Amino acid sequence: MKAKFLVPLFLFLGLAGFLAFGLTLNPREVPSPLIDKPAPAFTLARVDDPAQQFSLADMRGKVWLLNVWASWCVACRQEHPVLVDLAHRNLVPVVGLNYKEVRGDGQLDARGMALDAETGLAVERARRWLGEHGNPYMLSVLDIDGRVGIDFGVYGVPETFLIDGNGKIRYKHIGPITPENLQQVILPKVEEVRRAG
Amino acid sequence: MKPRSKRLVLVGVGVALLVGAVALVLNAFQQNLVFFHTPTEVAAGKAPTGRTFRIGGLVEVGSVQREPDGVTVRFAVTDTAKTIPVSYQGTLPDLFKEGKGAVVQGRLEADGTFRASEVLAKHDENYMPPEAAHAVEQAHKAGATVKP
Amino acid sequence: MIPELGHFSLVLAFVLSLVQAVVPLVGASRNRAALMAVGRPAAQGQFFFVAFSFACLTWAFITSDFSVEYVALHSNTATPLYYRITGVWGSHEGSLLLWALVLALWTVAVTVFSRHLPDVFLARVLGVLGCISVGFLAFLLVTSNPFERLLPGAPEGRDLNPLLQDPGMIIHPPLLYMGYVGFSVAFAFAIAALLSGRMDAAWARWSRPWTTVAWVFLTAGITVGSGWAYYELGWGGWWFWDPVENASFMPWLLGTALIHSLAVTEKRGAFRSWTVLLAIGAFSLSLLGTFLVRSGVITSVHAFATDPKRGLFILFLLVVVIGVSLLLYAWRAPRLSGGGSFAFVSRETALLGNNVLLSVASASVLLGTLYPLFLDALGMGKISVGPPYFEAVFVPLMTPVVVLMMFGPFLRWKGDTLGPVLRRVAPAFVASIAIGVGAAFAIGHATPRTMLGLALAAWVVLASAQQLVARLGERPGAASAARLRGIPSAWWGMWLAHLGIGIFIIGVTLVGSLNQSLDVKMREGQRAELAGYSFVFRGVQDAAGPNFDASRATLDVSRSGVAIATLHPEKRLYRAQGMPMTEADLDIGPFRDVYVSLGEQLPDGSWIVSLYYKPFISWIWLGCALMALGGIFAASDRRYRKLAERSAPAAAARQAA
Repeated sequence: MKAKFLVPLFLFLGLAGFLAFGLTLNPREVPSPLIDKPAPAFTLARVDDPAQQFSLADMRGKVWLLNVWASWCVACRQEHPVLVDLAHRNLVPVVGLNYKEVRGDGQLDARGMALDAETGLAVERARRWLGEHGNPYMLSVLDIDGRVGIDFGVYGVPETFLIDGNGKIRYKHIGPITPENLQQVILPKVEEVRRAG
Repeated sequence: MKPRSKRLVLVGVGVALLVGAVALVLNAFQQNLVFFHTPTEVAAGKAPTGRTFRIGGLVEVGSVQREPDGVTVRFAVTDTAKTIPVSYQGTLPDLFKEGKGAVVQGRLEADGTFRASEVLAKHDENYMPPEAAHAVEQAHKAGATVKP
Repeated sequence: MIPELGHFSLVLAFVLSLVQAVVPLVGASRNRAALMAVGRPAAQGQFFFVAFSFACLTWAFITSDFSVEYVALHSNTATPLYYRITGVWGSHEGSLLLWALVLALWTVAVTVFSRHLPDVFLARVLGVLGCISVGFLAFLLVTSNPFERLLPGAPEGRDLNPLLQDPGMIIHPPLLYMGYVGFSVAFAFAIAALLSGRMDAAWARWSRPWTTVAWVFLTAGITVGSGWAYYELGWGGWWFWDPVENASFMPWLLGTALIHSLAVTEKRGAFRSWTVLLAIGAFSLSLLGTFLVRSGVITSVHAFATDPKRGLFILFLLVVVIGVSLLLYAWRAPRLSGGGSFAFVSRETALLGNNVLLSVASASVLLGTLYPLFLDALGMGKISVGPPYFEAVFVPLMTPVVVLMMFGPFLRWKGDTLGPVLRRVAPAFVASIAIGVGAAFAIGHATPRTMLGLALAAWVVLASAQQLVARLGERPGAASAARLRGIPSAWWGMWLAHLGIGIFIIGVTLVGSLNQSLDVKMREGQRAELAGYSFVFRGVQDAAGPNFDASRATLDVSRSGVAIATLHPEKRLYRAQGMPMTEADLDIGPFRDVYVSLGEQLPDGSWIVSLYYKPFISWIWLGCALMALGGIFAASDRRYRKLAERSAPAAAARQAA
């Protein structure tokens, strides 16, 4: 007869175990299907000089980070000091992918805007933002219509990809980088990839 | 009634109630679960016909069209690999926009159009409904990346 | 400076909560009066510091101090003052701080209204509440500090989520939290009773008013939330079975069971271990609700940004609090069985039946809420469980609850004979079936659901009337005023709350059966007809609010040529977040609401307009209001006050001795 009083406890522990498992399924923690696959190739105009192009192939042989950002993205502001600090320490080059700078901003209506005008506005906004908050990037490129972002499977900004010397994606971080994830996850991964490559 | 038989009756009623409730819940699950499919799965014929389900993905840019009645809307949902045409009657949510994530609930018609009864849009500007994100992820996993 | 003071004050509150958690419990187990006496000042001090901290955060919002990250993300200089204040609990960190504040408030209330409690018991109650407080303050300080600085400060804030910029949202979270967190008192009483092994009618009598008051707040909170969803989400629904709604509804169902179970324990000494389990369960579901909302394990329109670290912390808290209490229960509850015996046909059985049904209903909501997560965990696909599931389960479970609810009060405690009682209630029962079926045909909507709903409502109303007449007839000869006064307010509480259920059912049934809606394209001067009302579209003007720009439509509503109302639904664009919002407008009436929301503008200049006719929807809120009012009556019964007066001298004598 005593055992029946343990039933609620066991029911609850079962539920709790299951919830703990549920936590690991956090939708933002889903590993990217692109991990260990070649990064989608792209060639895009640079923010500092839109006449110049930058493409994935330019980084061949280097281990680097691709950080997806936009000036309208609140969480990017949150992670920005971490990136600026990383740049000061000169540990790994970071390339910025400026994602849908104009049409991603809910406050602007980019419909009907000519591509030239949109690019101009994007460059101006991106530069102003980098001027205000510091520029941790080796360089940034403009993904005006977000196509490259879609190829990379970006579904929220910010996201950060670790790409190895062969152009393969080795790790993906979703959401803003905190000093802890940088120190405990991303930098060790960079080391690991460097040693392996 | 004797205490013993009273207890038996109470336990019996309790068990009967529990069995009834479980049957009720299972039956309700059987009939009312709404499964989620990606556009790729729908295109491959994996989605049920004659039953409500959900699809998710991005609203294809340039696909939103209104019928002359003004109330019927046609658009396409894509996971970047496959695209499913959707028709919907009613008011679209505030955050519904071309190029943004959306989840649509409804049935698949014989002509391959998805007739939506409910449209859910991305709730916040920096985040997509996980289901829509899931669809895009799935398409990538299938290695079906196409250049739009 | 002020944010740092707030943060520091939160740390002090945490230290005091540790003292409050440990010292009185140690004192109670060693029977040291001096240690036990620490609980009261520690709790009051903790309240002071949490309140001060809350005031500091509020101040940061009022002064738009965007060097505080939380303020920068959820406020804006253009936000009206009242929404800057309510922005304090507009997101995760602030609403947790509100949680902590409400818990401290309840604890202080216990210290103030507990003069009649034995010192040992009070010490244990405060100790348990202190433990919960430790957990939540640690959670705030470790993972969710609302005073986190953003340096350099932002020039302008991101503004509060426009959905939350609504009068309903000013009072909904505080009410809901008062309810949620209020169950912590019932929980603490139950744990204290398990610790002391004393669990008798007196214990139930102490717990009852606290539980009832928490239940009243929860009822009011859920009602306001539902009302908010009704007019703010813009499509006329009032309950969506969203995980976050379910998170508040599950504790309500178990809390309702708990109130009734406590009644039996107080009057008859029966159900003791069951009552304790319900008290633990109601609070556990409140915690679980907090977990579901805060951890982001479940997709919901309300879910805040997810953070696995936070989820893990709450889960840990959940496991400690609930796990330890259930362990204690398994250890101590076997001693509690027995108590008042009762016959099969008795009021106890009716209440037990309802308790079981309410618990099963609560479990079925839990199952429906967690099932998508469950399948996802097993890799069995992504699914969603929508309103059809909950309705399919809920109607059959609640129908016997409503029947028993009105049948129970006719039965005597301990034992009764079925024959005479059946003969008494049979006429009303048969009549209500006839009324239900007849009324369904009369309104031209003879579906089983409508017949069932109307019959149940008729049953509640008729049986309520019969109970009132019977109660008034108990003292023949006395003047009717004296007879009315002779009825204890606890009885009125029960009567009103049960009647409220009937009114609620009428609202739910009729709005479900008879509501009509129409999406229509309109241009200036055009007319649309719905349910006998005609709507003339008078065009759209630009309007500006403090922090938004709006397109404001004007529609004249009339019925058979008589003007009824002029409605102004809006389409707003909140400047700071660039977030569009539909603001519906409605004409509220006792028997119907007319509800209009503005859709988008079409390229040809016309607008999509959604028109809704919602019969009897106000009866839903009225029914809920009656339930809450019933709770207030029940909690203010004279015998609780008398109990306090009677035991005050006794307690004083004990202290003097």
